[in-house]
Amino acid sequence: MELDFGPGVREFRDEVRTWLDEHLVGEFAEHRGIGGPADAEAFEVRLEWDRELSAGGWLGLSWPQEYGGRGLGLLEEIVFAYECTRAAAPYRATTNALDLFGPMLLAVGSDEQQRRFLPPILRVEEQWGQGFSEPGAGSDLASVRCRAELDGDEWVINGQKVWTSLAHVADWLYVLVRTDPASERHRGLSMLLVPRHQPGVEVRVIRNLAGQSEFAEVFFDDARTAADLVVGEAGQGWRTAMATLGIERGATLLPQQLSFEREIEALLAAVRSAGDTVAPSVRDEVVRAWMSVRVMRTTNLRTLGEILSGREPGAQAGIAKLYASTAHQRLGHLAAEVAGPAGEITGEDYRLDARQRTFLLSMAETIYGGSSEIQRTIIGERLLGLPKEPRP
Amino acid sequence: MFAEVATEEREELRGVVRSFLDRHSTEEDVRRLMATRDGYDAGQWQRMGRELGLQGLAVPERYGGAGFGYGELGVVFEEFGRALVCAPYFATVALAAEALLRAGDETAAKDYLPGIASGETVATLAMTGDTRARHADGWFLSGEKTHVLDGCAADLVLVVAATDTGTGLFAVDTPRIDRESLPTVDQTRKQARLRFDDVPARLVSEDDSVITRTLETAAVLLAAEQLGGASRALDLAADYAKIRVQYGRPIGSFQAVKHRLADMLVDVECARSAVHDGLRALAEDAPDLPVAAATARAFCAEAYTRVAAGAIQVHGGIGFTWEHPAHLYFKRAKSSETLLGSPAWHRHRLAGLLGI
Repeated sequence: MELDFGPGVREFRDEVRTWLDEHLVGEFAEHRGIGGPADAEAFEVRLEWDRELSAGGWLGLSWPQEYGGRGLGLLEEIVFAYECTRAAAPYRATTNALDLFGPMLLAVGSDEQQRRFLPPILRVEEQWGQGFSEPGAGSDLASVRCRAELDGDEWVINGQKVWTSLAHVADWLYVLVRTDPASERHRGLSMLLVPRHQPGVEVRVIRNLAGQSEFAEVFFDDARTAADLVVGEAGQGWRTAMATLGIERGATLLPQQLSFEREIEALLAAVRSAGDTVAPSVRDEVVRAWMSVRVMRTTNLRTLGEILSGREPGAQAGIAKLYASTAHQRLGHLAAEVAGPAGEITGEDYRLDARQRTFLLSMAETIYGGSSEIQRTIIGERLLGLPKEPRP
Repeated sequence: MFAEVATEEREELRGVVRSFLDRHSTEEDVRRLMATRDGYDAGQWQRMGRELGLQGLAVPERYGGAGFGYGELGVVFEEFGRALVCAPYFATVALAAEALLRAGDETAAKDYLPGIASGETVATLAMTGDTRARHADGWFLSGEKTHVLDGCAADLVLVVAATDTGTGLFAVDTPRIDRESLPTVDQTRKQARLRFDDVPARLVSEDDSVITRTLETAAVLLAAEQLGGASRALDLAADYAKIRVQYGRPIGSFQAVKHRLADMLVDVECARSAVHDGLRALAEDAPDLPVAAATARAFCAEAYTRVAAGAIQVHGGIGFTWEHPAHLYFKRAKSSETLLGSPAWHRHRLAGLLGI
């Protein structure tokens, strides 16, 4: 997919391309295309790549200059992300801080919090992990039980979080906790910023089905953080959390699309070289998979068009997520099918190839960021206006 | 470059077409016309041409049209699909007018297109069946064509026929053709069998690519029509799910029903993307038109059928009756699926284009 974003950003695009040509070399070039959402592959190299990007001034392009950003627009973010994927640069390691926490802080954080926390993110000095889900609060996030109470000028936190991506490398966690013990559901929650390196915080890594250490459980046992490290108002944590989830990550749409297109091209190549061993019905399924990638491309371009013209795609994004996640899984299955018995063999220490990683890791895509079931409910209620299910 | 967000002008056009169809293509109109042999209202057809200029929307001004592009035409087809319009619009505009435009025969275009654009002429394209063209003092056609859309209503038939050297596209005035209406499952789109017995014809083109291009264009426009039908079938189902009460609550509040409807919306929105891509390729006359057209056609055909079937299911027993309109969409969906090549055929074609 070759895109031209217009004359306004052509100079910027050329600047990005030149820089990538000069810096995507050596170890970085050896790790082309490595990593992805929920994929912890080659994390150290990717972190090093983030530092390279930081030194080049490429992180936080749309963040204010006073925090180390470049004060550019969303379009530049989109162009940059697109060019990086086009050049098959390693997938950034610090996506949580850059794509989720940072934008949330920019949207609802205090000036002081922004001054304190944003610059180290752009210098790749501090990593962030998200503490939302709990053993008893997955899709039903409002049933959060992890709690915090004020003790003098500090919050004292107790409880457990789970599925926290890269918690074991995080320096800080942004955690949704119940600060009003008498409250229920969406009320009485607060978003606290908690340093991980302290005796009251214990992280236990969970291996995912691909054998990787990507997410973790986090236990808080009288963990402490300063009283003023609440994002938004105390008691308004639900609104803050929704602000994070609602941030339309326009810049991630094209990289995701490009990686789908690479995968489908690889699948077509595999079918060509497999020749007659591929049954006609499988061939037909491969064409369907190709069509789904094609349809997603237009959907993504439509969504980007909406975002760039200042409209909020909102629940519309749920449609794209629901479709893309399912289509990606089908692609993974097909790739495994076309590979045949050879696709079953791994490297040493369960080292998986790209096709095997797609097959396994795409299983997370219909679960994280709102499961397909939750997406369907949201689509039904917000876009089709269907009545909510009565609460028992 | 971004699939452009619906422009104001196009939305204005959509509003005009929709309000016309709200008045003149009600369910009652559809049921009345589908029961007739020719399946359309001649007075209405002329008003469509004269007052709204719909037949000539994308016909260049020098041939009496309005000179708009495929983007606008796509909007009209989508709205026609929504309203299940009973009229020879697809045959006349997507097939016949398109073939005349692609053929590049200036005289034929000047002779026929103004009549089409003004709403005087109903035209169609006949492709299926064996027909031979004989050249003597002029051309003469013999043989048979079947599954000719709106073949009985047409004043002008463009016929694909074999010549001694290959294939030709011929224009035939209808009085000399023996025509038989074919009863169809989907009564909203009429078909006919045409017999030619040494009928004088006019050669319009001998270039095979004219037909290929015409069919690619028609595939995208049919996909737009299917998108419109699917979105209307979904609206019917969603509206019903809000008011039909069982177990003391609207059925749309049950996840089983809600999630089915959500999946139907995913189908509709993905179909919208496929149509968007097809219309873009048409408007730009892009090199990827063949793949974009095949994708739009294969995707939207199946999506419409799935959504229309889902609409019957959500309606339950009432959706299975003749009285309820759900079956009209279901039948149109299936009949459109088999027009101009099935989805499986288009995927087969795509496989070739993709080199697998």
